[in-house]
Amino acid sequence: MIERTPILNISTHVILAVGLLLILFPIWIAFVAATHDLTAVNTAPVELWPGDQLWANLTAAWELSDFGPKFINTLIVAVGVVIGKVTLACITAFSLVFFNYRGRMLVFWIIFITLMLPLEVRIVPTYAVAANALSPFQVILDVTGISWLVATLSGIQISLEWNLLNSYTGLILPLVATATGTFLYRQFFLTIPDELVEAAQMDGAGPLRFLWDTLIPLSKTNIAALATIMFVYAWNQYLWPLLVITDRANYGMVVVQLSDLVPDALTTGGGTPTWHYAMAGTLAVMLPPIIIVIFMQRWFVRGLINTDK
Amino acid sequence: MAEIEIRKVGKTYGKTPVMQGVDLAIEKGEFVVILGPSGCGKSTLLRMIAGLEAITSGEIAIAGKVVNELEPRERGCAMVFQNYALYPHMTVGENIGYALKVAGVPRAERAERVAATARTVGLSDFLDRKPGQLSGGQRQRVAMARAIIRQPRVFLFDEPLSNLDAKLRVAMRSEIRKLHKQFGVTSIFVTHDQTEAMTLADKLIIMNAGVIEQVGRPVDVYNHPASRFVADFIGSPAMNLLEGEFDAEGHFVFGQGGRMQVAQLNGMRKPGLKVVVGVRPESVRRTHANTAGAIPATVDFVEELGANRLIHAEIHGSRIVALDTSIGDLPTGTPVHLALADNALHVFSMEDGKRIDTH
Amino acid sequence: MRRAYFKFSWVAAALLAPQLLIIFVFFYWPSAQALYWAFTLEQPWGGGNTWVGFDNFAKTLSDPYYWSSVQVSIVYALATTALAMVMAMTLAVFVDRQLAGYKAYRVALIWPYAIAAPAVGLAFRFVFNPNAGILSYLNVVMPGLWDPTQIAWQSVFTIVIAGAWKHVAYSFIFFLAALQSIPRSLIEAAAIDGARPLRRMFDLQLPLLTPTIFFLLVINITDSFTDSFGIVDTLTGGGPFRATDLMVYKIYSDGFRGFDYSGAAAQSIVLMLLVMALTFVQFRYVEKRVHYT
Repeated sequence: MIERTPILNISTHVILAVGLLLILFPIWIAFVAATHDLTAVNTAPVELWPGDQLWANLTAAWELSDFGPKFINTLIVAVGVVIGKVTLACITAFSLVFFNYRGRMLVFWIIFITLMLPLEVRIVPTYAVAANALSPFQVILDVTGISWLVATLSGIQISLEWNLLNSYTGLILPLVATATGTFLYRQFFLTIPDELVEAAQMDGAGPLRFLWDTLIPLSKTNIAALATIMFVYAWNQYLWPLLVITDRANYGMVVVQLSDLVPDALTTGGGTPTWHYAMAGTLAVMLPPIIIVIFMQRWFVRGLINTDK
Repeated sequence: MAEIEIRKVGKTYGKTPVMQGVDLAIEKGEFVVILGPSGCGKSTLLRMIAGLEAITSGEIAIAGKVVNELEPRERGCAMVFQNYALYPHMTVGENIGYALKVAGVPRAERAERVAATARTVGLSDFLDRKPGQLSGGQRQRVAMARAIIRQPRVFLFDEPLSNLDAKLRVAMRSEIRKLHKQFGVTSIFVTHDQTEAMTLADKLIIMNAGVIEQVGRPVDVYNHPASRFVADFIGSPAMNLLEGEFDAEGHFVFGQGGRMQVAQLNGMRKPGLKVVVGVRPESVRRTHANTAGAIPATVDFVEELGANRLIHAEIHGSRIVALDTSIGDLPTGTPVHLALADNALHVFSMEDGKRIDTH
Repeated sequence: MRRAYFKFSWVAAALLAPQLLIIFVFFYWPSAQALYWAFTLEQPWGGGNTWVGFDNFAKTLSDPYYWSSVQVSIVYALATTALAMVMAMTLAVFVDRQLAGYKAYRVALIWPYAIAAPAVGLAFRFVFNPNAGILSYLNVVMPGLWDPTQIAWQSVFTIVIAGAWKHVAYSFIFFLAALQSIPRSLIEAAAIDGARPLRRMFDLQLPLLTPTIFFLLVINITDSFTDSFGIVDTLTGGGPFRATDLMVYKIYSDGFRGFDYSGAAAQSIVLMLLVMALTFVQFRYVEKRVHYT
């Protein structure tokens, strides 16, 4: 810093070290637990140093929870959410920033409000919608009398149904339905100088051309940031997949699987709690997002700051 | 028929009118400079010609066709922006060729034309660089190349040299002049810098507060300013302006007891007429006390310019500046005598600032 | 003021349509549905819903379990937010001093954000386990002293610790970014004015942090009402005897385990209103004390 402050420096190091310890301690304990066998892990006092059972526990947990297909499922959903979110946010923000039409502010607020209520708060009705994604349209047709009209005129009953349960679409779509990414893009697009747009107009480029040739290449960092956040977000989904997927064998996601690893009466049938498997499973599930965050750290932080502001 | 005709064009932002009833004709091949202070509307006018601003009233016609409703790309104009507006992620070559790419010109032809244009502006070695790696002057040349390659009907320049340092500005000025000689494309150049205006223009247009004050050749505008505003704006150092009126005997009375009897003003000496008399510093010379028409003054301070100097003096409470080539110290308070050159006075009405001709 | 636009055309509308469509189907429609269900009761033998007015709400609000759920939720929200933010701010301020090794601290303190809530819950379940966790030796000394599966306040304690732990990383990131955006010239000016580092921390950095504090306050509190599901489900399951039955958890168990859709819908509405009210209150009253640069 500016002055020489030896005492303050030492205290800084101490405080930071203590803080770091507090933060890392629980993970350390969990990690250590994943490296011991059944008896060691259940004997008090808790183990503080790693054992040698890590690989054995990991494989056991992997098989117990059938992680293989689930990792793939989670990957598919996470990638789907990333692609969906990134694309959608980009084109929506583009429309909001580079065109001027009446009602634009209204649309903006309609989208903004979705930030206020995250999925958990509206799970019950969202689940119902997932059961039949076309139900809103069905109701609209019914209420406005159109379905009655069509039925009387042609004898065809309109019955829209699209069951999203137990499907990738059902997992991906509702997670894409908030405005997080749209904001990130909007903030960024607002920093594009007017003159660049005008130069493109003089060069004869229309809006889509401008988007593709100029905006998107300039957005690379933001795309990376958003992709990182969305990947972590989608990977860590718990409540929503818990509800929407009953066919775990085919569509289960990894994090949900953790609830099965909880060593209580249900899983162990009254025997000794299998903490070592539980912790090993937890570690396995935790790993991919952590790796992504550490490597994409710069973009990740930047994305967080820009999304939520 | 003029290449560009601007007929009674007006611009209103919301409820605020910024321009009204502007009439202008620009001939083919002319290099026209629109000069004026910030906020006078020159950029707005330029952008209305380009199609980047909507025209609130009146019409603009390019090559006989009214363009009010046309998109920028349909008007046949190319623009060089003040901040260059280069695509930061594209190379110089891609920047220059972008308009051709949009127009669907095949790659081979495009590359050829880009190479040719780059040669014209001296950027052949830079085609693979990105704008971020170029200096200000180089970026400006890329911006110009981008405009040149489109072979437009009209070149529009929006204060392109403002962001360059003084030396570079001089160099770029001559480049622009050279290019105009070479290609002869109708050009409209907007600036607030007098020197650029004077050196580049075939036709000079002075604008102020949304209104055209004067149109003419630079030398004509300089020697016969049509209004007080133009007189004050053109010329560095600025013209001396003395406010006063004619008394019963036909003398010009100004300041605190200043009286001038000048032959040039013979035709207009109406008693009580309030006027502003202007004379450029280079027309005010230091002279001896006994020369006819010598005016006594007191030195306030002197600005050394190297080749000559500017004497800031005080006559009867009014400030006057004279261009002087004599040598010798002139500390504050020194009494001097100044003479006004013949036929070097300009008279403007105090009421509306318009020029009153002496003959 | 932005002035460079493209002419509005069907393109603009077409680009907007997908997001609007998805938001309509998966956000606005379900919210409307929740309203509908909250004010109606499903017929026991099918055949649609009957309007029951505020009955569902009355039932919910008179349920003692509901109020204890609200109480726990508020305690949880306040405790986790306070803990997380104090810890994050302290760490951020000291990391910002950029002493040797600060980059390593930065990375180490950021990645916990990537850990899923149920993973946090499960890990802490082990950590706090009466027989196998870090406090198990307490039970060796005096059996039954530490048992979150039986003792209510201990259970609440564990979810608070877990929740706070999870949110430190997030708040840390924002605090650090805010601190690093304070222009160095300001700090130097303060130093020349005679302010020593600690003084600068209180007089300069803290006030300039108030927008971030405010922002994180809003985010953390609203997050704690919603993000907590994963933690509760794996850590305590709402127990013991509903001691940790947070509002969002109760909605889930009532709706999906108890099949009481109307009741769950009513609770959802209340939760939604609560979250919106909290945000509103914070904007209205707390924001006044924020110093924006």
